[in-house]
Amino acid sequence: MNTTATQTPPPPPTDRIEPKSSQKTVVRPGDRIFSGLSKGSGITLLVIMAAIAAFLTYRAALALSENKANFLTYEDWLPQNTPPMFGIATLAFGTVVSSVIAMVLAVPVAIGIALFISHYAPRKLAAPLAYLVDLLAAVPSIVYGLWGALILVPHLDGLNKWLDAYLGWTYIFDKAGTGPARSLFTVGILLAIMILPIITNVTREVFLQVPRMHEEAALALGATRWETIRMSVLPFARSGIISASMLGLGRALGETMAVATVLSPNFIISGHLLDPGGGTFAQNIASKFKEATPLGQDALIASGLVLFVITLLVNGAARYIIGRRKEYSGANA
Amino acid sequence: MAKRIDVSGLTAYYSTFKAIEDISMTVEPRSVTAFIGPSGCGKSTFLRTLNRMHEVTPGGRVEGKVMLDDENLYGSGVDPVTVRREVGMVFQRPNPFPTMSIFDNVAAGLRLNGSYKKSELNDVVEKSLRGANLWDEVKDRLNRPGSGLSGGQQQRLCIARAIAVEPKVLLMDEPCSALDPISTLAIEDLIGELKEHFTIVIVTHNMQQAARVSDRTAFFNLAAVGQPGKLIEIDDTERIFSNPSVQATEDYISGRFG
Ligand SMILES: Nc1ncnc2c1ncn2[C@@H]1O[C@H](COP(=O)(O)OP(=O)(O)OP(=O)(O)O)[C@@H](O)[C@H]1O
Ligand SMILES: [Mg+2]
Repeated sequence: MNTTATQTPPPPPTDRIEPKSSQKTVVRPGDRIFSGLSKGSGITLLVIMAAIAAFLTYRAALALSENKANFLTYEDWLPQNTPPMFGIATLAFGTVVSSVIAMVLAVPVAIGIALFISHYAPRKLAAPLAYLVDLLAAVPSIVYGLWGALILVPHLDGLNKWLDAYLGWTYIFDKAGTGPARSLFTVGILLAIMILPIITNVTREVFLQVPRMHEEAALALGATRWETIRMSVLPFARSGIISASMLGLGRALGETMAVATVLSPNFIISGHLLDPGGGTFAQNIASKFKEATPLGQDALIASGLVLFVITLLVNGAARYIIGRRKEYSGANA
Repeated sequence: MAKRIDVSGLTAYYSTFKAIEDISMTVEPRSVTAFIGPSGCGKSTFLRTLNRMHEVTPGGRVEGKVMLDDENLYGSGVDPVTVRREVGMVFQRPNPFPTMSIFDNVAAGLRLNGSYKKSELNDVVEKSLRGANLWDEVKDRLNRPGSGLSGGQQQRLCIARAIAVEPKVLLMDEPCSALDPISTLAIEDLIGELKEHFTIVIVTHNMQQAARVSDRTAFFNLAAVGQPGKLIEIDDTERIFSNPSVQATEDYISGRFG
């Protein structure tokens, strides 16, 4: 803490900075090999990525040129029809809605759990708890999907009835359709559970990195533990929380098997979130790719590219939010 | 406003390690007391027991009594949070809240204590920044982040933050060790002014500084590494530096130290 500055001996002199006696710089063979290697692998990676992108764009363009409907606004997915008609409206709606539900549910809970582990739990409890959360992150998504379909769906019936009865006036919780709870709402809950561990882990890491001296600054002013968290911990961890949420969101947007297992195949857009049915990009691709005609496959590729663009936009937005208040972040303290 | 500190039989531990043992002393109100002693003798530890910051360290434990006028800081039912509002602290490394503006840094303590009108806050912030000799340098950029100031300015910002809540006692742990001579002088002058209102305790490794700013000086020492630190003597600064009653003190001050 405050003693380190006076107690640590000065770092031993390093020989990395050599006096510049002559203009000629010495390049060691090891440096040259490593720089060649890293340059080479960087270029290889770029070439592979460009090739994949070109291939996907080409196939997507093939499908789009055949499409007789508006790709962005058409609500059905009928590439096998003559003429083929397909659009991503339903997919975009379902993807965004289920991810938003997942984020709204998961982020606050994850922050709470992370804070508990990092700042409230006694040490004996914190370590096993952190380990447990790590374990949850390692469960394969198909397992979550099976659990969702077999256990979550039937058990959500009661909650759905309650929401319908008491919050039905909000429109979104008004259940108009019938059938089991294979709805976007259920998918959202399942996704929330799935992204909870990763968000919790990353935020917990960030909370633990808050420098002791920032917390002591607040404590010495007479802040309670919660006030310390509000004054020192949360502001310092803000960009980390956003990054963690984006990681979670990325997973929710792209989640395939769990959604495909739970969601009813009913291909609809409904503002009534409890209604069975809907669709997401990833789920739609997974459930239709095998039986699709060649054109159908290209259409699915096109929809995959849209998902890619959405993910890029989300990440860009997150970067913007993090960068906007950089000078206020803890990083330069 | 300023209060007397009366410590008796104070021992502090880090888990099982006894860092300081059986320390008793009195610090008069409106005076500056300097703590000197070799590294690791427990000056910081002792200082932090005076506002119950020691127990914030995992394993930190304290035995003994610290009276602030007639209130025992370690009495049962005493809330450490209220203690820290009465006994402010300035740390060795400047630690303004990095995410807050200069204004918000100074206002942070007040906002903890309750809600204030904007105009009241403005007044207190200006008064505290003036008190810390920082006002002229920052009055045009109160909304800029505090972490954008120089090290010396940041340290004065931390002092302003500490005095804004009008504590009874101000503890300073090597407040100048990260600063250049000019900022150091500025802060020493400031300490001279602040002692009219506060009881001040300052840890320092700089003998001249102790001689310049303090009225009383306490010398701490430890018998050997791994042994607890102890208070060797506390006396008027002049006496400590001219004619201390313990030989070890003289050795330490004159640099003839092990
Ligand atoms: N967090 C901690 N956990 C365990 N031991 C500690 C801790 N902080 C300090 N100590 C030990 O307590 C003893 C007193 O430390 P302290 O920081 O109070 O010394 P100091 O007199 O302030 O030294 P300096 O002049 O170098 O700041 C030392 O032996 C130190 O190693
Ligand atoms: Mg110290």
